[in-house]
Amino acid sequence: MPYDLNRYDGFAPANFREESPFKIHGGCGLMGICDESGALMSGEVPILAMAVQRDRGNGLGGGFAGYGIYPAFPDHFCFHMMYHDLRAKEEAEAILDRHFLIEVAEPMPTRPVKGITGAPLLWRYFMTPHTHMLEERDVSAEDYVVGVVMLVNSRVDGAFVASSGKNMGAFKGVGYPEEIGHYFRLEEYEGHTWVGHNRFPTNTPGWWGGAHPFTLLDWSIVHNGEISSYGINSRYLEQFGYTCSLGTDTEVAAYLFDLLLRRHKLPVELACKALAAPLWDEIDRMPADAAALMRSLRAVYGPGMLNGPFAIVLGFNGGMVALNDRIKLRPLVAARSGAVIMVASEESAIRTVLPAPDEVWTPKAGEPVIARVAGMEPPFHSQLHASPAEISCAMTAVEAACHAEEVVA
Amino acid sequence: MQQSFVQPEFRVKIDYDKCHKCGRCVQQCGWGVYDFNERPVPHDEKCRACHRCVTFCPAHCITIEKNTLAFRDNDNWSTDARKAVWKQAETGGVLLTSMGNPKPYERIFDKLLLDACQVTNPSIDPLREPMELRTYLGRKPDNVEIVPDGNGGFKLAEGAGVHHNIKLDTPIIFSPMSYGSVSLNVHRSLAMAAERCGILMNTGEGGLHEDLYPYQDNVIVQVASGRFGVSPEYLQRGAAIEIKIGQGAKPGIGGHLPGEKIDREVSATRMIPQGSDAISPAPHHDIYSIEDLRQLIYALKEASGYKPVGVKIAAVHNVAAIASGIVRAGADYVYLDGFRGGTGAAPAVIRDHIGIPIEIAIAVVDQRLREEGIRNQASIIAAGSIRSSADAAKAIALGADVVAIGTAALLALGCHLCQSCHTGKCSWGITTQKPELTRRIDPEWGAERLTNLVHAWSHELQEILGALGVNAVESLRGSRERLRAVGLDEQTCRILGVKPAGL
Repeated sequence: MPYDLNRYDGFAPANFREESPFKIHGGCGLMGICDESGALMSGEVPILAMAVQRDRGNGLGGGFAGYGIYPAFPDHFCFHMMYHDLRAKEEAEAILDRHFLIEVAEPMPTRPVKGITGAPLLWRYFMTPHTHMLEERDVSAEDYVVGVVMLVNSRVDGAFVASSGKNMGAFKGVGYPEEIGHYFRLEEYEGHTWVGHNRFPTNTPGWWGGAHPFTLLDWSIVHNGEISSYGINSRYLEQFGYTCSLGTDTEVAAYLFDLLLRRHKLPVELACKALAAPLWDEIDRMPADAAALMRSLRAVYGPGMLNGPFAIVLGFNGGMVALNDRIKLRPLVAARSGAVIMVASEESAIRTVLPAPDEVWTPKAGEPVIARVAGMEPPFHSQLHASPAEISCAMTAVEAACHAEEVVA
Repeated sequence: MQQSFVQPEFRVKIDYDKCHKCGRCVQQCGWGVYDFNERPVPHDEKCRACHRCVTFCPAHCITIEKNTLAFRDNDNWSTDARKAVWKQAETGGVLLTSMGNPKPYERIFDKLLLDACQVTNPSIDPLREPMELRTYLGRKPDNVEIVPDGNGGFKLAEGAGVHHNIKLDTPIIFSPMSYGSVSLNVHRSLAMAAERCGILMNTGEGGLHEDLYPYQDNVIVQVASGRFGVSPEYLQRGAAIEIKIGQGAKPGIGGHLPGEKIDREVSATRMIPQGSDAISPAPHHDIYSIEDLRQLIYALKEASGYKPVGVKIAAVHNVAAIASGIVRAGADYVYLDGFRGGTGAAPAVIRDHIGIPIEIAIAVVDQRLREEGIRNQASIIAAGSIRSSADAAKAIALGADVVAIGTAALLALGCHLCQSCHTGKCSWGITTQKPELTRRIDPEWGAERLTNLVHAWSHELQEILGALGVNAVESLRGSRERLRAVGLDEQTCRILGVKPAGL
């Protein structure tokens, strides 16, 4: 019922904070796969990988992000949108139209799937920013897009930007991931990198916007875990201006990556070492230069260190990074098969997709698995200058985080 | 002399059937309670209930009881209030006392409870898993700048990273107690224990005796308004330098050390005449505003080759603004001393009625520094009645980097909180300079007891971290989400940044 005008009660990003001011607890399953040669693989692959991990979720959230999936529009920003109703769609489209040259606007291709009900209106848009507006404002295209995402999320009641990158998209909703995948007809897409997620929230009703992956521009993040250090992580991020409003660990992890990779310009290997720091004993045994570096990283980023069980996959246009907590309290298995690198919560997912892998290993605690597609640019938006508050607002649509008028009028 | 209206507080009772008549109680008591006339004869009015005689009586025949003299009930005029008036009518003086505020103000630590993990996130077993307490005290940069190392890896950029920080093996240090107020053997015990525990002791404002030079890497040297014992050499010896502005037990006034406690060694260490009262000025006479403090901080840094310089302040009403100024003035740490903090001597009226609780001070200072984006620029040391590892954990969860213990350390050495340090007659040999009393503390014995205490609390902190499902103390620091309040009003909860239990 994609055109049902009745509002869907489970979809309420704007006032989500009022509904659930508490931290969301839960477990999850996840996967990530990347072909480092840049060869494309069908969306059936991540569906299969998540389907065998069905038990890790409870049907309250599933989702995917694919990269390289829109080869016809590689340089267009693609917005995947969720709308409560037609009014929200009209208002949001007015904003998009004002800021972008919209090449294509179309409903997301979906099919009826048993178990998937109450979907919001799902549309996608391939667009390029109006160049004169970029020049007038003297901002990069990336800043501009983040500004528009914020504007839509905060100003249009009932509209939510599910993804906003180039040649990528997020497909997520309330349901088991294989159902969501089939609902979005994922097998019709081909990408070089995919991430997938299966959610097991324990105390909140699932809502479409709240399913993983969380995305902004080209980043997507899926997360399995419960960050026991959430309290200090969120206070640390607030010091930089991020607003941790959803009470989800995933949001915290996403902001920490934004802080470390984009704002503090740490290479991804070191960012991972800051988030899942080595033990002091290990640092003391390192060669002097490395020890000095690690000691400083840990002393400075200690409040941002993610403590407690987690496995995270960060997807970007050109690869992915998978990271486990510092004493490996959540599962994460990795494999290589030719140019394909895959990670998943369970080895069964890997064996399903890659029946004869060259190598399967259990990444050590805090040791990132990094996959990079050959020839693709460094992944982290160097042209993006958005403030932490803007990042928060754009990612979570929580009004409290937004000062939209200051960014894009 | 006129008869005093103030009756003895305690009754010393001796079971003469059991008494060996050995006279050890006479010898042990520093207060002169006992005469000996074929058997010990106590003078109740001199007893401080310090239990020295009780502890060392070989026959266990001494008990100390409260003098339960009945007064007519009066909720308004407590017995203590009446006694205070009588004493002042007799003497015309300020009532002196020592140790921390004993009044029944609310103890916020006792209304905060810690969290534990179950199922969705696991607890961690501290007996089987690493559980890290290491803490770096000092200023941290906003971020870590790195450059390629030429081998495909990375290294710190020139000058980047963390410098001039002090490594602590556990976030518990000893609070400042000056030589003079306590004996040299107490200082030796503290210094040896600090070295063994990988932590710090603090000279207080009385200078550094040369016997402590071997432990100087584990010593904070203090610069107070009296500048006792301060010299370029003194500054260079410390691991860190601390400017003492205020003290929780007596905000707004300087240190008091009665002349009776200033013997030859103390006088040499403090660089003041023997037998003279050492009364520090209330303010530093070169600090009349924040810019003056900045000059002193940098003067001390220059004089010491850029050692960390901290500033100790008493927790008072506008403590957050003061702390913010201190951090902006260049301090590497802020030492907050709550209104229950101990002292070797203070006017009772000041000790009992000035200041705010340390819990509140930590919360507002940590929050203010975060709001201003300067929390990383200085560490927070919290003190003022940290009574247990639980208090330490709660202080850290509220936002402290490190806690400092003074009273607890003295308790480990035998202190029974008789609140008579200022008399210089401490029977336990702690707050006295009388050689026959100070020799009661063997520094080796004292160091072992202090080391035991710090280790015991550290183990307990590890247990708490494990229950919280984290394996490093930095994941507890400032993590107020892990605290819940029981029985605190809404406003206090908001100030503390702590939710009530149930939310």
